[in-house]
Amino acid sequence: MEHSLLLNALVYLAAAVIVVPVARRLGLGAVLGYLLAGIAIGPWGLGLIREVETILHFSEFGVVLLLFVIGLELEPRRLWSLRRSIFGWGAAQVGGVTLLLLGAALLAGVGWKMALIAALGLSLSSTAVALSTMQERNLIPTPAGQAGFSILLFQDIAAIPMIALVPLLGVTAADADGGWSGAFKAIAMIAALVLAGRFLIRPMLRFIAGTGMREIFTAFALLLVISISLLMDQVGMSMALGAFMAGVLLADSEYRHALETDLEPFKGLLLGLFFIAVGMSVDFGVFLAQPWRIVGMAAAFLAIKLAVLWLLARPFGMTGRQRVLFAFLLSQGGEFAFVVFGAAATARVFDADTASILVVVVALSMIATPLLLILYDRVLEPYWQSLRQRPADAVDANREHVIIAGFGRFGQIVGRLLHANQVPLTMLDHDPDQIDTLREFGFKVFYGDATRTDLLHAAGAAHARALVLSVDGIDDSLKLAAAVRAEFPDLPILARARNVTHCYQLMDLGVTIVERETFESALMLGRRTMEQLGFGAYFARQAAMRFREHNLRSVLEVYPYYKDRAQYVSMARRAREELHAMFERDFVANSRDREAEGDEPGNA
Amino acid sequence: MSSDLRALVVFADPSLHRSRISRRVAEACASLPGVRVRDLYQLYPDFYIDVRAERALLEEAPLLVFVFQLGWYAMPALLKEWFDSVFKPEWAAPCDGNRPRRLQGKTAFAAVACAGSARDYRAGGAHGRPLEDYLAPLEQSVKACGMAWLAPHPFYGADSTDAEAAARHAGDLRALLARHAGIASKQPQGGAHGA
Repeated sequence: MEHSLLLNALVYLAAAVIVVPVARRLGLGAVLGYLLAGIAIGPWGLGLIREVETILHFSEFGVVLLLFVIGLELEPRRLWSLRRSIFGWGAAQVGGVTLLLLGAALLAGVGWKMALIAALGLSLSSTAVALSTMQERNLIPTPAGQAGFSILLFQDIAAIPMIALVPLLGVTAADADGGWSGAFKAIAMIAALVLAGRFLIRPMLRFIAGTGMREIFTAFALLLVISISLLMDQVGMSMALGAFMAGVLLADSEYRHALETDLEPFKGLLLGLFFIAVGMSVDFGVFLAQPWRIVGMAAAFLAIKLAVLWLLARPFGMTGRQRVLFAFLLSQGGEFAFVVFGAAATARVFDADTASILVVVVALSMIATPLLLILYDRVLEPYWQSLRQRPADAVDANREHVIIAGFGRFGQIVGRLLHANQVPLTMLDHDPDQIDTLREFGFKVFYGDATRTDLLHAAGAAHARALVLSVDGIDDSLKLAAAVRAEFPDLPILARARNVTHCYQLMDLGVTIVERETFESALMLGRRTMEQLGFGAYFARQAAMRFREHNLRSVLEVYPYYKDRAQYVSMARRAREELHAMFERDFVANSRDREAEGDEPGNA
Repeated sequence: MSSDLRALVVFADPSLHRSRISRRVAEACASLPGVRVRDLYQLYPDFYIDVRAERALLEEAPLLVFVFQLGWYAMPALLKEWFDSVFKPEWAAPCDGNRPRRLQGKTAFAAVACAGSARDYRAGGAHGRPLEDYLAPLEQSVKACGMAWLAPHPFYGADSTDAEAAARHAGDLRALLARHAGIASKQPQGGAHGA
């Protein structure tokens, strides 16, 4: 038994290791790579693996982990602020797609029960495909990403009543517990989860972190996610949703980072496995029996879904390209459809054949997503570019220029200051809307992932005088800094840091000029608070300047030690201790310097 | 900090690309061994002065040279700010007799560039008074701290002169500085740069 397990593992890993890097090199993206690997080793490819169902079920855990990790990033407060978009946009998307698909199915002469279940099942998108693609392309902060994220969350919530609805429509007697008691159970479950999160899980995490055994912590993290998922499954709720909630509950705990780093590799591998399983589950037998019908269904389904999403994107405040990208991202059918159709087949709402046809349609639509994105990148984007491309003469071959990577709220201020002083600029960004606006002003803008060295070369990094690194994400910022250091060692980098740790990480890469994004403005607000309290304006300024010097010095002093601190000491506690020490130091330094400067509080 | 610091040049020039003359003077001074130049507008663009660092240098240097261009008959704003924050009376010239005057026994002079000609700086001229009158507050501040005040080294017509005159002036000042630093230095010869 375990022998076969190892053999299976060998097959998966080999397929993934061979196919995925090749797919990435060809620019097909990792998701499509996994899907292809799955098709290759599945029953219709080399036939190396047979138990597709089991694998699919097991690998759904990858999706669960993905949502748990995403939940960790989202504090309850933030989630609450998203509630309107989740329920508004989500309901609009699910409702719109369901109605249209239902209409189409009824026109095609399908029975209403069957049509309703199929339409509901197909209205859901794939959290795994869409979210991992958005993460890969760093789209989560964009409007399309936010809308997509909200909709995916709503779908996970909406799946619960859908699955509850299936037996009610079925010809067999519904399960012992009807929809209502199921709903009651689900609510009780959520309440239990919230309470446990507060009063049980955190103390346990603290206790286990206290033992200082890293692998036990990892084991506990996995145990936590698995047990929550199974409990959710018991009451007929979405496992992924349960994991997401657990993640949100732990988002403001001090072990957030430790949990994230521990689960990250599992998440990646299991998600890969999930996509492989989807690839394997494409039943080419069903497909080959009636290929045209299935392709037609898949195409019609995609067309309807794309149209609804594209129309919805407008009221969400997206423009041209973002709308297309958003529609592409959420166009596929989701993993929940498999569950819904499975339940429907069990309840005999429709027969097994119909279920398997629909499953193939969903799988095909999942394969279509990466293809659509390739279409977007290779055809649509360059086409739009060429439409707007000004004749490359006036600003061509920028030399002696400054490159600004990341032209968001932060980079814009830097850029405008430089522009006002006639410094030639080149912008790199991955937000297409932004780029159109900038082009209108005649700036040279390059679109895409700035961490790619070919893009840096195209943007003229070889002839640049400096690079301003003001991208949003810490990971991207570090990646880009490392890429620039490796490729253009002489190009000075001036970086925006999100926090002190990020600042240190940049310094590790040899970046010498770093500004913490909140520091100067917070200092200014502190100064104005002092004025409000009646301190003299000049006194407040001197105090702020004094504090500033001292703080900049402390940051440099602590730099050599920041890496030796034990990994599992919680970030939050460390931050607290640091703050404490800083307060002490601030006070001492302040009185010493004030004495030197002979400053007396000038307040009334 | 090098203990063979022989002269501290306090240089203040806010102009965008430093005036030809000031830049030459500063560079000429910096090239001498044992001379440290404090380019105030480059060090403290925000007008917030690191008092402790400045005082440490002052205590070490036997000779102090102020290099600036006159503007509205006075020193540039940042140099005045430097005086106000570094030369606190209780540090530089305490009133009670028990505390030492930290700068006692040092020597100071000013190298001042002026836009007008030497003829303008006299009674009845365009600027009404001799240059020394306009430097009086500086002279008195130095004396109040117990330092010796040497005659200023003026450079008239700074905005209109050719490069040659500027170079000559810079060379003169460098020689003057070397001479005074040699005189004022009470330490054995040290060869290292004070930078």
